[in-house]
Amino acid sequence: MNASENGSHVSFLDHKGKYKGILSWLLTTDHKKIALLYLYSIMVFFFVGVILGLLMRIELFKPGETIMDAQTYNGMFTIHGIIMIFIIVIPALPAIFGNFFLPIMIGAKDVAFPKLNLFSWYLFIIGAIFGVLSQFIGEGSPDTGWTFYVPYSAESSTNVIYALVAAFILGFSSILTGLNFIVTMHRMRAPGMGWFRMPLFPWSLYATGWIQVLATPIVGITLLMVIAERVLKIGFFDPALGGDPVLFQHLFWIYSHPAVYIMILPGMGIVTEIFPTFSQKPVFGYTAILFSSLAIAFVGYFVWGHHMFTAGISYGSRWFFSFLTFLVAVPSAIKVFNWISTMYGGSIDLKPPLLYAIFFIFLFMIGGFTGLTLGSVATDVQAHDTAFVVAHFHYIIFGGMGFAFFAGLHYWFPKMFGRMYNNTLAYAGSIVIFIGFNLLYFPQFIIGLQGMPRRYFDYLPQFQTGHQLSTIGGFILFIGLIIMVYNLVYHAKKGAPAPSNPWKGVTLEWQIPSPPSHENFEEIPQIKNHPYFFGESTGNK
Amino acid sequence: MSVQAIHNERIDSETGKLGMWIFLFTELFLFGGLFLVYAVFRAKYSADFHHAAEELNTFIGTLNTVFLLVSSMTVAMSITAIQKDEKNLALFLVGLTVLLAGLFMLNKYFEWSHKFEFKIYPGSEVLKNLPQGELLFFGLYYMMTGLHALHVLIGMILLLINIVKIKNGTVNSNHYLHLENSGLYWHLVDLIWIFLFPLLYLIT
Repeated sequence: MNASENGSHVSFLDHKGKYKGILSWLLTTDHKKIALLYLYSIMVFFFVGVILGLLMRIELFKPGETIMDAQTYNGMFTIHGIIMIFIIVIPALPAIFGNFFLPIMIGAKDVAFPKLNLFSWYLFIIGAIFGVLSQFIGEGSPDTGWTFYVPYSAESSTNVIYALVAAFILGFSSILTGLNFIVTMHRMRAPGMGWFRMPLFPWSLYATGWIQVLATPIVGITLLMVIAERVLKIGFFDPALGGDPVLFQHLFWIYSHPAVYIMILPGMGIVTEIFPTFSQKPVFGYTAILFSSLAIAFVGYFVWGHHMFTAGISYGSRWFFSFLTFLVAVPSAIKVFNWISTMYGGSIDLKPPLLYAIFFIFLFMIGGFTGLTLGSVATDVQAHDTAFVVAHFHYIIFGGMGFAFFAGLHYWFPKMFGRMYNNTLAYAGSIVIFIGFNLLYFPQFIIGLQGMPRRYFDYLPQFQTGHQLSTIGGFILFIGLIIMVYNLVYHAKKGAPAPSNPWKGVTLEWQIPSPPSHENFEEIPQIKNHPYFFGESTGNK
Repeated sequence: MSVQAIHNERIDSETGKLGMWIFLFTELFLFGGLFLVYAVFRAKYSADFHHAAEELNTFIGTLNTVFLLVSSMTVAMSITAIQKDEKNLALFLVGLTVLLAGLFMLNKYFEWSHKFEFKIYPGSEVLKNLPQGELLFFGLYYMMTGLHALHVLIGMILLLINIVKIKNGTVNSNHYLHLENSGLYWHLVDLIWIFLFPLLYLIT
């Protein structure tokens, strides 16, 4: 089966296509190259976002003005949010790992619409450039926060329009990626791969795809309405003209809450691939994990009101949204139990990807439980708009999605680049990141409950210890990220050649050479087994 | 059952149509946001909406509805024509669709410029002095018909591309996915208008 062994194998990186040099990347329709384009661009923006975050942490080291004034700080948390949410967290997992591995894991040669796929990347880049431009040109960087709440976003004299346009274009790119994946899964599964033989990472992308397709247009039109409000003075959201600012919050969160599941579901999908491989055991409760993904996607549509408990919505809708929010905890918990049960009794091999995946569970659970604190109306009124929310959000998004991203990067790195990274450095990086992360965000739970508001550049002296611990944690986290990135970048070229199946995985991507050929499969595989079948007949002898 | 697209090969018709349908869902949701806002403000200011809607010219609206309905028919007929390999008939029908779309836009142009003469446009002094509900009605009117007109323009461009493709034979009786998808898009443009027309012009 392994073409590399008879010498005829040409990696997709060396594939001779129509174009040469840089054009062979910029005009490629190969889903694997597009995935790498996304990976490189997202890494660049990620470090921009990280540095903005670090600057904010330095500012908060002491009360009062430390290194920047209040307005600069407002711009920084806005751009940090826009870059991190719209340019990194929402697209990263589907666009990088989904693009690279979805077709391979379902036994296809590419996604359904390869050109559309490349077009999505260009939209992504255009949107990202708008986002970064908004920081530097014109009237000063937007200072509304990434949520663009009216009426301020309609009044602020800063570059809000650039940021709105950026979010609109990035949303469109995300829609097209989701659409592409849904169609790919419907039409291009290998012969014998029924829906219930599809691995769980593709399943999580399927649930994500539907959220992208059905929720993103709502925020698109909402952002357009804010632009109309600014440019044409239409006043949908302006009380002076008869509009209603709370209406904006509804429309915004109808998308942006499901968007949280766009962020986390593919991450859950990645760790679902990792646990069986490093336990050498079929995933526990395949069907339960699958349906819990769909359930999260479905229920996630109906919980947006929990962002608005203090916005003056009715008593009835408050308890309604609170109840539904608690409901989301059920499918999430099902997944956690299934991951742990997958490890139970398995022959566990604690390689770096598994370590990241275990960190993911730990951090995701802290994020999840504090989410219940915020989902309950009475406690939310206390914790609303405090550093507690910031900590919760980062535990879910960075601790969840971010660590799943790192886990996936370490899991699939040998397949993507055909090289192995250094294990010792990977362990070191992951542990430093884990320590730094907790030191950075955990104190924010405490000072948040004590009353430290979010988005303030100044604070009372009693919060100083918490903020200083947090800033120190930020630097440790940064060092950890440097170690991780150095390890991966250095070994992408210089590492030892990776075998086709370094982790003894059983899903399809491990049955082809590393890195895969241009067409992925010399011949389309016939699927005869469950995707996580560790029995004897899966060895491809 | 499974279909394999090899790199750079023609996209299988079922796959292409499924993609288009999902895209149309997103379009519906895009307009859905505006319909939602319409519903909210209609409930809040029903009397103002009633007055403002009387300002709109029902005759022009009806005429435009007829244009779009007929154009939806001609584009559907053009697909049947291309299936039967009647190239010239298909060209004629697509051309007719574009013409009807053009008439729609022309009408829209007269309608809007007529309003502009009376200083009814977003941000104008006249509008500011109207009751809040009427102000919002005209805001919604311009936003909804404007976004719809943008879709008409995109649809026209798609159909014009089809004329070129039918002429040079890339769209033919075996491969007409491009025409079919453009037709689907055109029906969406029509469908949205079918909702806009009564909501803005008829319910007074």
